[in-house]
Amino acid sequence: MPQPAEPPGVNDLAVVAATVNGSGSQTANNAIIRAIFRMGIPVNGKNLFPSNIQGEPTWFTIRVSARGYSARPTRVPILIAFNPRTADSDLAELPPGGLCLYPGDGPWRPARADVVAVPLPVKELAAASNVEPRMRDYVANMVYVGALAALIGIELGELRAALAHHFQGKARPVEQNMAVVQAAHDWFAAQGVASPFRLRRMDANAGMILIDGNTAGALGAIFGGVSFLAWYPITPATSLADALASYLPRLRRGPDGSPTYAIVQAEDEIAALGMAVGAGWAGARAMTSTSGPGISLMTEFAGLAYFAEIPCVIWDVQRVGPSTGLPTRTAQGDLISTYFLGHGDTRHVVLLPGSVGECFDFGVSAFDLAERLQTPVFVLSDLDLGMNLWRSAPLAYPAAPMDRGKVLSAEELERLGRFVRFADPEGDGIGARTLPGNPHPLAATLSRGTGHNERNVYSERPEDWKANMDRLGRKHETARRLVPQPIIELEEGARVGIIGFGSSYDAIREARDILRAQGLPTSFMRVRALPLGEPARDFVSRHRICVVVELNQDGQLRDLLRLHCPEHAARLLSVAHSDGLPLTADLVAGAVARLL
Amino acid sequence: MTTTRAPLNALGLSRADYKGAASTLCAGCGHDSVASQIVAAAFELALPPHRVIRMSGIGCSSKSAAYFLGRSHGFNSLHGRMPAVTTGAHVANPTLIPIAVSGDGDTGSIGLGGFKHLLRRNVPMVYIIENNGVYGLTKGQFSATADRGASLKYAGVNQLPPIDLCAEALIVGCGFVARSFAGDARQVRELIKAAFCFHGTAVIDVISPCVTFNNHDESTKSYSYGKAHEEPLHDLTFIPHYEELAVAIEPGEVRDVRLHDGPVIRLRKIGADYDPTDRMAALTLLERARAANEFVTGLLFVDEHRPTLAETLGLGATPLAELPAELLRPSPEALAAVNREFM
Ligand SMILES: Cc1ncc(C[n+]2csc(CCOP(=O)(O)OP(=O)(O)O)c2C)c(N)n1
Ligand code: SF4
Ligand SMILES: [Mg+2]
Repeated sequence: MPQPAEPPGVNDLAVVAATVNGSGSQTANNAIIRAIFRMGIPVNGKNLFPSNIQGEPTWFTIRVSARGYSARPTRVPILIAFNPRTADSDLAELPPGGLCLYPGDGPWRPARADVVAVPLPVKELAAASNVEPRMRDYVANMVYVGALAALIGIELGELRAALAHHFQGKARPVEQNMAVVQAAHDWFAAQGVASPFRLRRMDANAGMILIDGNTAGALGAIFGGVSFLAWYPITPATSLADALASYLPRLRRGPDGSPTYAIVQAEDEIAALGMAVGAGWAGARAMTSTSGPGISLMTEFAGLAYFAEIPCVIWDVQRVGPSTGLPTRTAQGDLISTYFLGHGDTRHVVLLPGSVGECFDFGVSAFDLAERLQTPVFVLSDLDLGMNLWRSAPLAYPAAPMDRGKVLSAEELERLGRFVRFADPEGDGIGARTLPGNPHPLAATLSRGTGHNERNVYSERPEDWKANMDRLGRKHETARRLVPQPIIELEEGARVGIIGFGSSYDAIREARDILRAQGLPTSFMRVRALPLGEPARDFVSRHRICVVVELNQDGQLRDLLRLHCPEHAARLLSVAHSDGLPLTADLVAGAVARLL
Repeated sequence: MTTTRAPLNALGLSRADYKGAASTLCAGCGHDSVASQIVAAAFELALPPHRVIRMSGIGCSSKSAAYFLGRSHGFNSLHGRMPAVTTGAHVANPTLIPIAVSGDGDTGSIGLGGFKHLLRRNVPMVYIIENNGVYGLTKGQFSATADRGASLKYAGVNQLPPIDLCAEALIVGCGFVARSFAGDARQVRELIKAAFCFHGTAVIDVISPCVTFNNHDESTKSYSYGKAHEEPLHDLTFIPHYEELAVAIEPGEVRDVRLHDGPVIRLRKIGADYDPTDRMAALTLLERARAANEFVTGLLFVDEHRPTLAETLGLGATPLAELPAELLRPSPEALAAVNREFM
C-alpha cells in the first residue's frame, strides 16, 4: 500500500554496500534490512554477486521506500566502499551530494570533492568485539552497520533483534557483533556528519514478512504436499532445495516420526527429472528444481511426461544464458524454451510467480494442477525473486483442499467394469489414471512414450496418433482455464497497456507512477501463467498499444502474445532488456515513453 | 473327452496370468526367451502381479517389457533412463517390486552413468541386461559390450575394448551380480527367481543373441558360441522356502546362500570351488575369463548387507505415494509459526 509521502530523504533512500565476496558481508546486509523492516519501514535488498566463492566484488543494494517501491533503484546516494578494488568506480557512480563510508585504515582514499566521505577506523572498532583475531575480518563489516545506523538512524535495538534472528538466538555471536555495531555507532555519532537521508519509524510492516522467493517456493511445495524432491545443484535454484531440506524435517513427519517426504540428490538433471517422473507416476507429489542449463537437460523427460501424462513439478529459477552465461545474475529468458520444452508438438503449463507470496501460492497449486492435468507443471521464478529478500504479506494457508486429480481405485474399477486409460468422457482431455499397486486385474497399464491408442496400447495407426494429439490439445484448452489468470489493472483513460510477468512487476509498477506523473496513464496486465487465455486477448484488444516489458533479449512474452492473438500482433510492442541486472523503473518508463 | 487344466500357483493364478502382449521381436531373438523365463519365474514365485512393476528404456530389449507380466503396471521410458524412473518409483512406493529389462546400449552406453548411480543407491529390483553386443533396434551398430575384433555386417570391425557390465556393477558395490545365457533357460529362470528375492539391486547380464544382426558363429554373443563355450560356475537352484532339515546336503559339493527373507540359492559345485561372497574373487574371475576368452555364467557375487535406498532414506511403513492429505499438508498453526519467523 502506498503510504503518505514523507519529506524528501526521509524513508526514501538507497544504500549500496560494495564488499568482497565471502567476507561475511551478507550477515551485515541482512541485519540492516531486517532492522529497518522491524522499524515498520518498507525495505528490500538486492544482492549482486559474482560467480565466485571468495574474493570477487559483490554489491548489495538496500532500498528504503515509504511508498513500497522495491525495484532496483537507479540513484543510490549512500556508498559503503569496503572493497578497495572497485572503490574508484563505485565512487564514480555516487551522485553529487552523496555519502561515502570507507575504511580509513585501508589502502583506498576517495578523490571527489562533491561527496561527503567519512573514513572509518575499522580495525580499532572491530577490536571492540573481543573476538579472537582470526574472526576480526568477519565482524569488520559490523563497523559499517554501526556507522550507517548512526548516519541514517537505524535503531540499535532492532539491529540487535535482527542479529538474534540471524544467529537464531545464539547469544555469543549476537553480543560480539553488537559490540562492534555499538562502538561504530557511538564513534560515528560523535563525528557530527549531517545526513539528508533519515529513517523514521512507520507502521507499514505490521503483520508483514521478509522472505526470499526460493524459501517461499519451498514452503509452498511443503504445504502443497511435496513428497519427493530430486535435484542437482545449480545457482540460483540451490537455495530452493536447501530450504526444502531445512524445513521438511521440521514440518513433515508422520505419526511414527518417519519423514513424509524423500530428497534425492541426483547424478544430473536428466536423472533428477527422471526420478520425479518415476515418483509422480507411482503416485507421489514429485518435484525438481533447477535453472536454465538443467532445463535443457530435462528436455527429453519433459516431453515424455507430457506425452505419457505423468504429473510432476519443475521449478526453473532463471539465470542469464545461453550456456553458463552469467550464472549469478537474473533474467527471464526461459519462457519460450520451457513452454515448448520437448520435441515434436509439446506445450506445457508454466506458472509465473510475480512475488514471493506467489512463489508460495504457486508452489502449492503447481501440484494440484499437475495432478489434475496429469502433466508436468513448470514454475518460472528467477534469481532476483528467488535469492533476494522481499517484503510480503504473510504466506497464506491454502484455501482449497488438495486436488489429486482423476485416480481410479480398485473399487471404482470394479464398479466401472472397464478401464480405458485415455478415454475422455468429460471432454476435458483428461483420462483417469490408476496407480501402480492397484490390485484390480484391470488396473495395470504400461506407460510409454511411444504412440498409443486410447487404451494405452502401442499403435502406429495415423488415426490413433491424431486422436491422441487432439485430446492433448483439448487438455491444453482445459489448462488455459485452470491456470492462474492475469492480474489486470485498468486505468481510466489509458490507451496504452503495459504487460509484464514475474519479478519485473515492481519496476513496472514504479514506472507507471512515473509515466502517470508525466501525463501518460497506462493500464497493466501481469501474466501469471501459460497457456495464455481470453483475458489476455481481451486486454490487448482494449488498448491502442500494448508494451510488453520483460527481462530478456528478444521479447519472448511479446512473441507468445503475438502467437496467441495474431489479429492484434501489430499493437504488441516490446521493451525487452537483459544485462544481468533487475529492471529499473527509470529504464522501463524511459523505454515505454520513447516507443509512444 | 479329457480336459487338462493349467496348473495354478499359490495365488491361484495360471502362467497365462503372467504373460504379456504378443512379441513383435524377430523370431528367435534371445530377448523373447528371457521374457518367457521372467513369466516362468514370476509364476513359480507366485508374485502378486499388481505388486510388480516392469520397467524399461528404449531398444528391442526394452520393448519386451510389453511382452511379459501384462497384469503388472509398467513404464517403457527413455533410452538409458530407466534407472532414474525406477529410482523415483521405488522411493514413492518401496512396496513395489521392479523388474527391468535393458539392453547393452541402453545400459552400457547412453545409460551407463544412471546404471552405476542406481547400483550405488541400491534400489531393490531385478535389473536384466539383455546383452547382444549390438544395437538391435537401430539396426546393427556396435554396442560398448562388443568384443575387440568383433565384426558386424554393416559396422565392420570393432577396434575398442568392451565394457564388462558385471565388472562395473561389482566395482560400484552391487550386491547381486550374475551372468547368464539366453540359451540356458533353466539358469536364467533360477537366477531371476533368486534376484526377485534379493534385498537390493540384482543385476543379471544375460547374453541374448540378436539373430538378425549379430548371430554369426564368430560372435561371442551368438547362440552357437554360447552353447559351445558356456562354462557355468555351478549348478544353481533357487529354493523359495528352505527348511534345513528337510534337505540333505552332500558336504563340500553344495554351497547354500541364504537370502534375508529365508529363501536359499543352492550352488552345486561343477568345477573348481567358487566363493560368490568374495568380491575380489568375482573381479578376478571376470578378468581371467576375459583374458582366456572364456564365457563364465552363474552367480558371480552375492552380498546382502547394504541397506536399500528406501532404508537409507529412513522412510516409514506407508509409502509416500499412499500418504493421506492430512499427512502431506502441515497445519495452519505450523504455517503461522513459520510466518512469525520471517517477521
Ligand atoms: C535419446 C535417444 N537416442 C537414440 C535413440 C535411438 N535408439 C533406439 S534403441 C537404440 C539402441 C538400442 O540398443 P540396445 O540397448 O543394445 O538394445 P537392443 O535393441 O540391442 O536390444 C538407440 C540408439 C533413442 N531412442 N533415444
Ligand atoms: S533386431 Fe535383434 S535384438 Fe532386435 S528383435 Fe531382432 S533379433 Fe532381437
Ligand atoms: Mg543390444
